[in-house]
Amino acid sequence: MVNTQVELSGVTLSNPIIPASGTFGFGYEFAELYDINMLGSFSFKGTTKEPRFGNPTPRIAECTAGMINSVGLQNPGVEKVISEELPKLSKCFHKPVIANISGFSVEEYAYCCELIDKEEQVGIIEVNVSCPNVHNGGMSFGTSPEAAAEVTRAVKKVTTKPVYIKLSPNVTDIVSIAKACEEAGADGISMINTLMGMRIDLKTKRPVIANKMGGFSGSAIFPVAVRMVYQVYDAVKIPIIGMGGVTTAEDVIELMLAGATAVQVGAANLVNPFACKDIIEDLPRVMEKYQITNLKDIIGGAHK
Amino acid sequence: MKQSIFKIVENIALTQTVYRMVLSGDTSDITKPGQFINIQLDGFYLRRPISVYDCDKETVTIIYKVVGKGTEKMAQMQKGEELDILTGLGNGFDIAKSGKKPLLIGGGVGVPPLYKLAKELLAKGCEVTAILGFNTSDEVFAKAEFEALGVKTYLTTVDGSEGIKGFVTTAMEGLDYSYLYTCGPEPMLKAVYNACATSGQFSFEERMGCGFGACMGCSCKTKYGNKRICKDGPILEKEEIIW
Repeated sequence: MVNTQVELSGVTLSNPIIPASGTFGFGYEFAELYDINMLGSFSFKGTTKEPRFGNPTPRIAECTAGMINSVGLQNPGVEKVISEELPKLSKCFHKPVIANISGFSVEEYAYCCELIDKEEQVGIIEVNVSCPNVHNGGMSFGTSPEAAAEVTRAVKKVTTKPVYIKLSPNVTDIVSIAKACEEAGADGISMINTLMGMRIDLKTKRPVIANKMGGFSGSAIFPVAVRMVYQVYDAVKIPIIGMGGVTTAEDVIELMLAGATAVQVGAANLVNPFACKDIIEDLPRVMEKYQITNLKDIIGGAHK
Repeated sequence: MKQSIFKIVENIALTQTVYRMVLSGDTSDITKPGQFINIQLDGFYLRRPISVYDCDKETVTIIYKVVGKGTEKMAQMQKGEELDILTGLGNGFDIAKSGKKPLLIGGGVGVPPLYKLAKELLAKGCEVTAILGFNTSDEVFAKAEFEALGVKTYLTTVDGSEGIKGFVTTAMEGLDYSYLYTCGPEPMLKAVYNACATSGQFSFEERMGCGFGACMGCSCKTKYGNKRICKDGPILEKEEIIW
């Protein structure tokens, strides 16, 4: 028997598999397919203070071993998320959930986090300072250590639950940003968000995506995620939720060896709606293959 | 929605760029005409969403156009090869609203989802008329199949090389119908919308990520609120459409 249990800032997960925000909605589409209570947790659709339609379409472009999205944080706004989405979510998912929050000002982040912090089912707040698809918001807070620290401090001041800051890979030095978040009181780091990318249609000779650029995700970015998690693990003491192109149980173990305590699965859910289920079911076999009894023992194992 | 493996029974060219593929497998989740399936192809990250032309208990038939590398690969596939497919996607047409004399209008590869619809409307006793629009006679397909069902079928070609010369809206003039169902390129849908005297249902197309409502890649605004073309659509009611 293998043990897949891990712990994130006092929240125990039966396994480290977490669908990533924006690829799992609020869970219902997937709850029709399988019992999503088998998941370690899941990170719900990025939520902002005001309702947002998001960017114009086309919002999606295919790439080799990945895809670009430019959804632009479409969501019904934090109040509707609390009054409509979370009650529905609680019917199909009975474990602590990760609340993913975005904002366009420090005040907005704090406002949303304070509200969501009061929700019983929220186990962890994941603060997205890395959305590449909105202007004057999201990523601009995640590209400097000072701004990321300011958001962290503001959110920590008004919340009681663990706060994880979700970082962008589109920076010169992700380590300094992660350290700044830790010093500002972050309980953990989520990384990496998508890489900025672009495709051009040869027939129309125009960008495929209406917003021209978007966030590149999928298995192609996995090595970038492994490298960045490895670098940040060396520099901080707080736990890391690793993500970026994770598709298989082997990927989960590799990212944990780099330093992740838990692992999010994103784009893979969109291609194979059973991706998380398949990974969870395959994990014991892969652990046995590599003589791993306790999954948490391997966290950061590649650094020894 | 169901994920399962289908086997190719037939894959033949109907025109220079349009193919018909018959697949055998579990079709139990395909419940309404106008739904689509999402096909995984080796070497491509995202699936290909293709509308259902016809289906029975064992097989599903699609008619697709080669528009890029993915559909190019599909066109080269052989009988006996297997495909991983998500079935039962999209809301589908609502046949309850048809009235006695529904009019079906399809443009190009917007024609296929109307075939199963026509069958179901005929089965419930409707008198069905269809207008099938193409650019030129070389691109025409499915006309004989609609006629064989007993559908009164008008053909239009933009260059006049076959049937009525002009757009589908040319053939709409003077027709008496109780309700409208249509699928085709957006400029055609808009022209049909403006020419249509009754209520109706319009099937839209958009670049999709997942095809089952998770990624918000294909959202659109409607008078009834934001909708996902893949999950809340692809069919919208005339009254909710915002152009």
